[in-house]
Amino acid sequence: MSGGHSSYTPGTGIEKWIDARLPLPRLVYDSFVAYPVPRNLNYAYAFGGILAIMLVSQILTGVVLAMHYAADVGLAFNSVEKIMRDVNSGWLLRYLHSNGASMFFLAVYVHIFRGLYYGSYKAPRELLWILGVIILLLMMATAFMGYVLPWGQMSFWGATVITGFFTAFPVIGDPIQQLLLGGFAVDNPTLNRFFSLHYLLPFMIAGVVVLHVWALHVTGQTNPTGIEVKSKTDTVAFTPYATVKDAFGMVIFFILFAYFVFYLPNYMGHPDNYIQADSLKTPAHIVPEWYFLPFYAMLRAITFNIGPINSKLGGVLTMFGSIAILFIVPWLDTSKIRSAVYRPWYKLFFWLFVANAIMLGWLGSRPAEGLYTLFSQLGTAYYFGFFIVLMPLLGLIETPRRLPNSITEAVLAKTRSGGQPAGVAAAPETRA
Amino acid sequence: MSAHDTTEPTRRDFLYIATGMAGVVGAGAFAWPFIDQMRPDASTLAVSSIEVDVSAVQPGMSLTVKWRGKPVFIRNRTPQEISDSKNTQLSQLKDPIARNANLPSDAQATDADRAAAKDKENWLVMIGVCTHLGCIPLGQQGEFGGWFCPCHGSVYDTAGRIRSGPAPENLPVPPLTFTSDTVIKIG
Repeated sequence: MSGGHSSYTPGTGIEKWIDARLPLPRLVYDSFVAYPVPRNLNYAYAFGGILAIMLVSQILTGVVLAMHYAADVGLAFNSVEKIMRDVNSGWLLRYLHSNGASMFFLAVYVHIFRGLYYGSYKAPRELLWILGVIILLLMMATAFMGYVLPWGQMSFWGATVITGFFTAFPVIGDPIQQLLLGGFAVDNPTLNRFFSLHYLLPFMIAGVVVLHVWALHVTGQTNPTGIEVKSKTDTVAFTPYATVKDAFGMVIFFILFAYFVFYLPNYMGHPDNYIQADSLKTPAHIVPEWYFLPFYAMLRAITFNIGPINSKLGGVLTMFGSIAILFIVPWLDTSKIRSAVYRPWYKLFFWLFVANAIMLGWLGSRPAEGLYTLFSQLGTAYYFGFFIVLMPLLGLIETPRRLPNSITEAVLAKTRSGGQPAGVAAAPETRA
Repeated sequence: MSAHDTTEPTRRDFLYIATGMAGVVGAGAFAWPFIDQMRPDASTLAVSSIEVDVSAVQPGMSLTVKWRGKPVFIRNRTPQEISDSKNTQLSQLKDPIARNANLPSDAQATDADRAAAKDKENWLVMIGVCTHLGCIPLGQQGEFGGWFCPCHGSVYDTAGRIRSGPAPENLPVPPLTFTSDTVIKIG
């Protein structure tokens, strides 16, 4: 697809017949069999495939859960309990779906950090990166609305707090919130529309994923060296090399997933959500799901007014800004070197960024008081400072390490110094 | 191309623009009901008012009632709470506006203008929704002895005025009247 030429040769008569009418087998063959991938991809590159399989898993379990769920404030909570107790295998499907959301976010965060580390967002892959950020936003909306559906205390109050963000905007804020809720508070109209949208959005995600993969196959994958593919020796065929490597990564990932589903199914949830929603009683600590905690910490970090912007609007803008800033990352990074492997300073600040994101996540789960607030403020400052100050600045002042001339050179240098491992697989697909 | 140039608009130009405009207006008209249906429906909007009998609420007791889907706090304040509130200078307040639907919008947040009625300063009636992000504050907690919001740590005093934390405004006082000495009509 990238080179515009196809190596697909229909063998049988039926294949020729189809190829002349709808060359779908050709598209699949060129995209997922013969497609050349860099020969030095590591397991950090397996998460794209893992994410694709997680999306399919969430849609499958979600569609069957919807067969047993009732989107009505009087019925929702009990229908979820019915799924857990009465529906055959209902407990398993629900735990797969709820833990699946967590695993989906775990994978997407690794995927994003991999992109930041290896500079995957740099030209010519800006649109590929932006499509990814759009997928992240759709995932967040989907996860938020899905969490409302069981109609527990956290569902209700999470929905109240998150739709309350919009009231921070002057003049248009309250009408927007009423438009989202279909009323003056979270109630039946809210639950109904969230269910409808929660069912719709995953298919929109699937649509953007198609664009994401299309853009990927136009530019080709990056790789740990950040050097573009220059010759045929730099690549291997997608199948079997990348397919099997991705599949092995998926197996390991699914073992982790299964561990949570079967041994810690409620570990990532919150016990308050097993109490039915009560519009007159707020739980003592409202905490979002773990994957939103860093953003929640940044929301709460703004406790002071900034000029004409009050603390509430400031917090909301900071939180939305923490995602929005990802859209312009390709233009914030001024370095000509793609991969952090050859950027000693960027590498250091990148790992600090990862540590900071984890710290913000922990702070988001703490009460909003005392030192927690101070550290949230420091963490927020570093989060934005990394993008706004460090990314543009490092590209100008950092002395990168010497780049190898090609992927092949980098790979051979590694195997020479480490010695040729015995039985290195050469064309395993041709072996009996 | 230039051979066919004419200053007079042709029938084709007219059809081109008319079709385009009809398409734009049509798309807008078609989109409107899809947005419109999102707004609060007639049953939600139906003006509702409630009457609450507060004869059993002694000083130091509170009552929470539901009005328009939101909780309304009705508190019979103790003399201590009233004097605490009265001794607070307006300059110490984060939001100096009364936020009382029964008074002009620029009324100041004095204790008298926060209380339910002129001669009933022990009664405090307000919508119990934190002005930050909509949680329900907990009563008689926090450093000012008023309300404390557990979500993000906003603290209100004994007149429901925001004193610290991220919330920007005082808890609003809904439209209300005393229909008798012990019955409050809200809405």
